[in-house]
Amino acid sequence: MATVETRQTLVKSSEINKGFKYEISKIPGGEKLLNCFQCGTCTSDCPIARFSETYRPRQIIRMAQLGLKDRVLSSDTLWLCASCFTCTDHCPQDVEVANVIRVLRNLATQEGHIPEVFKELGSSILESGYAYRIPELRIKRREALGLPVLPKCNTKNLTKTLNSVHFLRFLEEKGK
Amino acid sequence: MAEKNRYLIFLGCAIPYRVAAYEISARRVLQKLGVELVEMPEFNCCGLPMDPVDHEMMLIMAARNLAVAEQRGLNILTLCPGCSGTLRKVNKMLKEDKKLRESINTNLDGVGLEFSGSIEVKHLVQVLVEDLGLEKVKSSVVKPLTMLRVAEHNGCHVLRPKESAGFDDPEDPKMLKSLIEVTGATCLDYMDESECCGAPSVGVNNKIPLQLTRDKLNHIKNVGAQALITICPFCHMMYDTNQGRIEKMFNENYGVPVLHYPQLLGLAMGFSPEKLAFGELRVDVSRIFSAQNSV
Repeated sequence: MATVETRQTLVKSSEINKGFKYEISKIPGGEKLLNCFQCGTCTSDCPIARFSETYRPRQIIRMAQLGLKDRVLSSDTLWLCASCFTCTDHCPQDVEVANVIRVLRNLATQEGHIPEVFKELGSSILESGYAYRIPELRIKRREALGLPVLPKCNTKNLTKTLNSVHFLRFLEEKGK
Repeated sequence: MAEKNRYLIFLGCAIPYRVAAYEISARRVLQKLGVELVEMPEFNCCGLPMDPVDHEMMLIMAARNLAVAEQRGLNILTLCPGCSGTLRKVNKMLKEDKKLRESINTNLDGVGLEFSGSIEVKHLVQVLVEDLGLEKVKSSVVKPLTMLRVAEHNGCHVLRPKESAGFDDPEDPKMLKSLIEVTGATCLDYMDESECCGAPSVGVNNKIPLQLTRDKLNHIKNVGAQALITICPFCHMMYDTNQGRIEKMFNENYGVPVLHYPQLLGLAMGFSPEKLAFGELRVDVSRIFSAQNSV
């Protein structure tokens, strides 16, 4: 079984984007990226890292600090975080690790690296207000179960409030 | 000031999609406790599922719900910790950060909404413990479940991040335990109790989340719990809906019934299993009743 270390390729100086860490530090949630001194508390307390061969929050933070922008943003492991916030609560340097990962995921999205599931959730939200496509039968069944009518979403209204949102561009592309 | 004992119920997406028993049992016990629930006049997803791809989208979606609730003049009660975590966090952020509030209000302005910060958001557990109080919940118990030994699973987003969730200690959560104990049941400690069930990673990986759930089920089985009690629709799907799949995948045998907390409380209040939608649960619950009937 390959260890994490052996899978790593050497860092080339051409890969390094020196401004990347400052770019992240300016985005809400990423402000304290530079506080990380690589103690590894995040990884040792991470429930996903326990079962994943590749997901290591400390490593993601280090890649961001080093400026390995393309490598970290195109990495599939970035999307494994369960957002349980254990790392954020345990970090002795207050790095808000889960929020840094969210910032990186948002940046990855802007570069077009988006797991399909988020496009599906987003399309469903724009169509119905709900993240899942709730079958008509299940909505009708509520009455038989004695439950009130499910609140509706004014989707036109919702889309209007989201007009400045970057991600809509990808959902529009999907809709085409 | 929002009214007391009257809340807007925020169902979220997962509950109407797949977890009716949680809603049915919660409405049942809240009514018995004198809590009036008002439906959301209008709804969109809390925003949490979109945070990974677009933080701004999440903020606007959460703020829109908060502004709708403000117009109605009622505090929000949620059953889903994902929804309560998100709405609570954004409510706090927008109350404290004037610049962010102004920016989000620009988005809401076009549809006649405004966030002003006049309401609070609470998860079911908080309403039961903080607003009603354990004594009141206890006084509703007519059939104490004294023969039941159960375990609890809070779910991450009612506990973390501590700064915005902030109503229980994520390292040693007490609220759900005390709510279980007022039903007369014993709540057992087990290893890695407040660890994640894995649900949020389901869409991107099909094995790791189930390994997390399996690990938890092993710990729960090892202490001899007769049932697991949850307060999150996603955690419930991992433990109940997926339990058979996990048993097959890892060649295990659990048979641990998984109840939504209001189903447990409802039993202690004297409601029949039918009234609490026990029929909706996937894992066989008969061992709970054989334990309880042996009194």
